Amino acid sequence: MRSRGSIWNWRGWGPSRALAIAALTLIPLLVVLVSFFDPQPEVWSHLAAYVLPGVLWNTLILILGVGAGVLFLGVPLAWLTAVCDFPGRRFFSWSLMLPLAMPAYVLAFVQVGLLDFTGPVQSWLRDWLGSSNWFPPIRSTGGVVLVLTLAFYPYVYLLARNAFITQGLRAVEAAQALGYTRAQAFWKVALPMARPWIAGGMTLALMETLADFGSVSIFSFDTFTTAIYKAWFALFNLPAASQLASLLVMFVLVLAAVDQRLRQNRRYAAKNFSPVRIRLQGGTRWAAIVFCSLILAMAFVVPFIQLLIWAYSVWQEDFDGRYPVFLLHSIWLAGLAAVAVTVLGLLLSAIRQHHRDPLTQWLVRLATLGYAIPGTVLAVGVFIPVAWLDNQLLRAASWFGWETSQILKGSLLVMLLALSARFLAVAYQPIDAAMQRITRNQGNAARSLGLSPRQTLMRLQLPMVRGGLLTAALIVFVDVMKEMPITLMTRPFGWDTLAVRVFEMTSEGMWDRAALPSLAIVLAGLLPVILLVRKSESGLH
Amino acid sequence: MVLILLKGFSVMSKNRRILLSPLRALALGLFLVGPAAADTVTVYSARNEQLIKPLFDAFTQETGTQIQVLTDKEGPLLERLKAEGAKTAADVLITVDAGNLWQASQMDLLRSIKSPVLTANIPANLRDPRGEWYGLSVRARTIIYNKKTVNPTNLSTYEALADPVWKGKLCLRTSKKVYNQSLVATMIATLGEKQTEQIVRGWVANLATDVFPDDNGVIKAVAAGQCEVGIVNTYYLARQLDKDPNMPVGLFWANQKTRGVHVNVSGAGVTRYAPNPTGGQKLIEWLSAGKAQQIYTDKDFEYPANPQVKADSIIRQWGPFKMDLINVSKAGELQAAATRLMDRAGYR
Repeated sequence: MRSRGSIWNWRGWGPSRALAIAALTLIPLLVVLVSFFDPQPEVWSHLAAYVLPGVLWNTLILILGVGAGVLFLGVPLAWLTAVCDFPGRRFFSWSLMLPLAMPAYVLAFVQVGLLDFTGPVQSWLRDWLGSSNWFPPIRSTGGVVLVLTLAFYPYVYLLARNAFITQGLRAVEAAQALGYTRAQAFWKVALPMARPWIAGGMTLALMETLADFGSVSIFSFDTFTTAIYKAWFALFNLPAASQLASLLVMFVLVLAAVDQRLRQNRRYAAKNFSPVRIRLQGGTRWAAIVFCSLILAMAFVVPFIQLLIWAYSVWQEDFDGRYPVFLLHSIWLAGLAAVAVTVLGLLLSAIRQHHRDPLTQWLVRLATLGYAIPGTVLAVGVFIPVAWLDNQLLRAASWFGWETSQILKGSLLVMLLALSARFLAVAYQPIDAAMQRITRNQGNAARSLGLSPRQTLMRLQLPMVRGGLLTAALIVFVDVMKEMPITLMTRPFGWDTLAVRVFEMTSEGMWDRAALPSLAIVLAGLLPVILLVRKSESGLH
Repeated sequence: MVLILLKGFSVMSKNRRILLSPLRALALGLFLVGPAAADTVTVYSARNEQLIKPLFDAFTQETGTQIQVLTDKEGPLLERLKAEGAKTAADVLITVDAGNLWQASQMDLLRSIKSPVLTANIPANLRDPRGEWYGLSVRARTIIYNKKTVNPTNLSTYEALADPVWKGKLCLRTSKKVYNQSLVATMIATLGEKQTEQIVRGWVANLATDVFPDDNGVIKAVAAGQCEVGIVNTYYLARQLDKDPNMPVGLFWANQKTRGVHVNVSGAGVTRYAPNPTGGQKLIEWLSAGKAQQIYTDKDFEYPANPQVKADSIIRQWGPFKMDLINVSKAGELQAAATRLMDRAGYR
């Protein structure tokens, strides 16, 4: 590699290019980090004595549990729908993506509502059996892990499916030709080859778990993030909250370093797929159907039906002429963000592929950290520099006699930049996983043909990562539709989206009235899912 | 527009000049916002939109003044005001508890206003002593019980729920909610830290199940018999009784023989750098009287802060009650101390 060298090798363009994109995330991160100049010993000693020990343990358990959970759901589901054949496979292959459109806190609220002591399931059990005390409590560690797993497995599913579709069958065939059984072929060849994709999906699931506040609060499960909000909202100490948030970021950085070390120098070369699927027979076939149905029911159908029931009950008083506008705003914002963030993710991945010096690699890592910071903290981190800049502009504007209260604030551009800071990881992971499939030989060939980085991107990388791009755009689209804190903080006056509507209702505990906008989010999220399925299915039957 | 952009992107690989056209389109959409109209009041609100929108519409109809509103959580709104500083667009800040109003005034985000109208309409304990903010609705937090298993004559005070006779029978909402922080803060103010901590420890020892994330959960658990007593804000109970009048949950006014029921307020203040402070003050004055008080509170079954205005019929059935007359700003002042105390006592 041309520019491989020490971290002090400043000659290459890599770092400056990466920095241009990473700045989006770095600026809000630095705003958060500045809190370290404002030590809060009193709050810290309180937190250290009474809060942190519990939340650190809880967070660790949550990470391990959800990490294992999304693997055990995402990978087998992806394998079944990508390379096997069984009745209903086509249906499951797209419907298993749907839980992505269901906000995690909605899933949590519905499942807790159904399965808690006061819910219909246990009430029914008490009516019939006299007691429901033996029923496992849903508001427990196991319950949180289960629900977050159901909410976040689609990340692993989507990415692993991408890997299996493009190389799974071919790998199994090759391995079988070498004398492996099918099971051995899966474990020894197909799975290791899909590793960057699976790791990418898991990274997203775990980052979102770390940043989650809505779902864990429904379980009254205290994590590092709830401690951050406690320091801010209950102890009125934003510096302490920011310090906690920076620790969270550092933890993610350590994870990223470990991940990078594991992945280093691993390259994946495979392409072409064979059109013949593995046909499941007998018991395996039924097991596959039951497994897929069960997950789909728990993660999507049940909460969806609950939303329908609630939406029906409030439909008449709640639906008004503003809803089409909310919907339009949501789709418009999510669509623009999907395009913008996907382009940035692609550039970031291309930069990382081209410049392999450590500084560039680290800048790229930093650029994708926004996804692990609790949303409200990041929103403030974004808003402070924007407001500062705006105030300078306003001062300048008033010299020219232009009196107004905002220039950048409440503009679409700032909204998009802020959302990019949060969701860059979401676009980057699937794209970069796909990028790694481009072999070194192909890259070298492009270079020896005298192609510039831009030409390499356009002619070689872009066509080869199309699947990754679509996946990236889909996840960003759906995630932006669900996103609350940044949308709330940066939207223009009166410019409300469906997610803002959900916020208004749930903030006062009116969950049934939040059903209508939630349902609209889910339905709008269906559009890109169907689009993606069409694309990824073409060529493989 | 989105389609055009997507299209632009898809041909980008073939011809990168076309990339410019979506960029140009984006540039057009860059500055969506126009300057506010001359006679406009801008409100930052943590009270949710559907509760305040009807009021603002009525205000506009009556006075011709337009209202521009931005909703968000209290924490981000305060940080937003702070970051915007002297250039803020906000004239009025509305939040749903005294703690955050107190915090806003600590951060020097509000200005003191002298208004004979507000002093006449809002009792002294429900407003800031320096006139930086005024309560607009009263949120009473009291004891509820299961009508089938509890005889209300056995109930008396919040403190008595710490008695071991309630072991395994008490349901509480999480201590992370500001309503519980305010309640404990006012207990600290009257009983002192030591006694309050003992009481909170007693509550924790009596819990029937893990704390709930919201008041609705507590009410449902009391109704289902998972526990017998709980502490909630009355409007949550009113909302549920409005849907299901036969729910076996009764309301008991706590501490009537001592300091009275704990109340919090939702309220408003004019911001420190309001571009239109007179307009802001007019809005708050308008909200503190007559019809506005009625709409402000009835929509959510809260009690009017203005004693001359009658409460909604659903909540009138619970009769009058004696409220704790301690100034609600105390709740803000002692909120952090209350949170620490609850952490120490193991109240999650």
